[in-house]
Amino acid sequence: MVQSINSALDNMLEMDQDVLLFGEDIGYFGGVFRTSDGLQKKFGKHRVFDTPLSEGGIAATAFGMGINGLRPVVEIQFADYIFPAYDQIVNEIAKVRHRSGGEFWCPITIRTPAGGGIRGGHHHSQSPESQFTHTPGLKVVYCSTPYNSKGLLISAIESNDPVIFFEPKRCYRGPFYGDPHNVPTWKNHPEAEVPEDYYKIPIGQGRLVMEGDRCTIIAWGTMVHVAEKAIIDSGISCDLIDLQTLLPWDKEIVINSVKKTGRCVIVHEAPKTSGFGSELSASIQELCFYDLESPIQRITGWDTPFPHTTEWDYMPGTARIIAAIKETQED
Amino acid sequence: MSSGEEEQIPLHIPDAPNRPGDSSSFEPWTWHPNDLKMLKFDCEADETSKHAKGLLRVLDDNGEALGDWNPNLTPEELKLGLEHMVRLRIFDDRMIKMQRTGKLSFYMQSFGEECIAIAQTMALNNKDWIFPTYRQPGAQFVRGRDMVSMICHCIGNVEDNVKGRQMPVHYTYKEGRFISVSSPVGTQFSQAVGVALASKYKNLDEVTITWIGDGASAEGDYHYGLNFASVFKAPVILNVVNNHWAISTHYNIASGSNNFATRGLAYGIPCFRVDGNDFLALYSVTKWARERAKLGFGATHIEILTYRAGAHSSSDDPSRYRPSNEHELWPGGDPIERLKDHLIKNSHWTEKEQKDLEEKIDQEVVSAYKEAVKYGDLANGPYPSSDTIFTEVYESVPWHLKEQWDEMKKWSAE
Repeated sequence: MVQSINSALDNMLEMDQDVLLFGEDIGYFGGVFRTSDGLQKKFGKHRVFDTPLSEGGIAATAFGMGINGLRPVVEIQFADYIFPAYDQIVNEIAKVRHRSGGEFWCPITIRTPAGGGIRGGHHHSQSPESQFTHTPGLKVVYCSTPYNSKGLLISAIESNDPVIFFEPKRCYRGPFYGDPHNVPTWKNHPEAEVPEDYYKIPIGQGRLVMEGDRCTIIAWGTMVHVAEKAIIDSGISCDLIDLQTLLPWDKEIVINSVKKTGRCVIVHEAPKTSGFGSELSASIQELCFYDLESPIQRITGWDTPFPHTTEWDYMPGTARIIAAIKETQED
Repeated sequence: MSSGEEEQIPLHIPDAPNRPGDSSSFEPWTWHPNDLKMLKFDCEADETSKHAKGLLRVLDDNGEALGDWNPNLTPEELKLGLEHMVRLRIFDDRMIKMQRTGKLSFYMQSFGEECIAIAQTMALNNKDWIFPTYRQPGAQFVRGRDMVSMICHCIGNVEDNVKGRQMPVHYTYKEGRFISVSSPVGTQFSQAVGVALASKYKNLDEVTITWIGDGASAEGDYHYGLNFASVFKAPVILNVVNNHWAISTHYNIASGSNNFATRGLAYGIPCFRVDGNDFLALYSVTKWARERAKLGFGATHIEILTYRAGAHSSSDDPSRYRPSNEHELWPGGDPIERLKDHLIKNSHWTEKEQKDLEEKIDQEVVSAYKEAVKYGDLANGPYPSSDTIFTEVYESVPWHLKEQWDEMKKWSAE
């Protein structure tokens, strides 16, 4: 996934002179996760550059460049560090189109590695997507594989609206199936075949990862892979929807599936209360009430800070997901 | 893109002076012991402008202590400082080895910067508050923290006083008034001002010290801290450790000026630029700043000039972005060597005593390590109970967390 994100950035820098990359350690060094490796050398340091350690400054500079016709793609080194930029993102970047009567807008992409599973403790593990899905004016994308990370990132960069683009850092080098002692690389995974050329996956479109008829599982980021393993292990035929875009989310794919299966389990890493699962659950209840055979289940991180040594008891694992799927099957 | 095209684009993007493959050099320091005079505790910020633009040293390149700022410490005090620095360096080496074997997930060493927290904490009173970054763990040795307890935190075992919640090096040590280290950089700097104002409100003889890196001084918190400290005359010592590198970015990305000290002048705060590898200079300026704060004249801002001799962390490989021998060329030398040379020059210490000290500390670290791993380590457990996920989120556990806690117990790997 590191290479596919790099490839998306490479394509866009090549195609559009207005695309600029900046952030902490992303220039000469190529980023702490190597996602911009080689790009400064290829495109010049006026296109790909390091910034001061100032997330608020990075967001504000992107705002200014964005309304002045450029298309900045910025990196916040860890999603946990996005909060000094929160004011600029929530009150400024998200709202400028509306508050200026459509005269100004910010075609900005804010990339940020998110989620747990790397022994990162409190401040290198959080998944703050719902802090942004609650902000009108932003689009929120959460990729999960090499293939969709590239296609979605290109769409995000081309979007004339600001996009928060979450990258599940646990999956940078391989999918994660919930077992920290057995972590494969992306090699031989069907979603690891990534064309070098430009391609897009539309924002707002979910992806049907597995097809089944007994239950609908909705997930994003790392949890897509954990849910996939759980479905296989459960032996129950399920639809697995990788939402890909959280805002605006793919209503059609979700409704069609839930109407078919009558059951639903939503899985995310972030805390349960006010997590994006709450929004999905409420909407599904409104839209599919008469098709539901059992209560919608949410399997999520706990409503606590993210721990260091005990992170496997925090992150949703396959056992919890399997139990939830089975519970939806009871009459 | 052709280089001709590149030149037409006027965006100014600084690069580090030297990158891998380049030969490094630093401008030699021109310094005379009488350059910077002692100042009155109630001086105005403007009166420190030379001290901010120059470089305050006490130890010269030959190990001689010179000038107004010589704190005239006793040989015993100096030997104690030396011992703590040696302790920190050997402790770091052991932790790095343990990290490589998986006994801890991550580590950050203080290599080349051992002097800073140790000299400065020794210049304070025991009730003074410490708001460190991750590169001032040495303050804990000065405050008497048990090394076993520090290792237990780093390896996340059942005796970790942070209960396995934070990454290694995120120490918390209330007894030593050493606040819990937080990963988001810079946040401690402005918080320290609040602690200092609370001490003042309570009319206590307590001063707060805090540090921030050259890189993190680009965060808003640095500026909030300076401004609040200035407006409310907080009894606080505000240090910027300029060790040249914020992971891969040189300090010329953190600031367009190559002097960090003078920034405080614009806030009306007295400022100093101090040789960060000079134990005596750091001790002396900190003592001065403490006295000024105690007398009610407010904050002092200090740039501590040094060089990050090691990697940013165990996840970092500096050979990718800077010449590997650069730290050896640093005009400030090595803080341990300099204090040792000073003691030897004045016949208070010998190479033999140094070697004996190193052996003694090595034994101390090995035995602390052996004791700590008895309580488990990250590679093998046992870990703190998963119940610690739910405790101390709030003062008492609300109903929704009680429910989730019960749910977790069903699935816990324990």
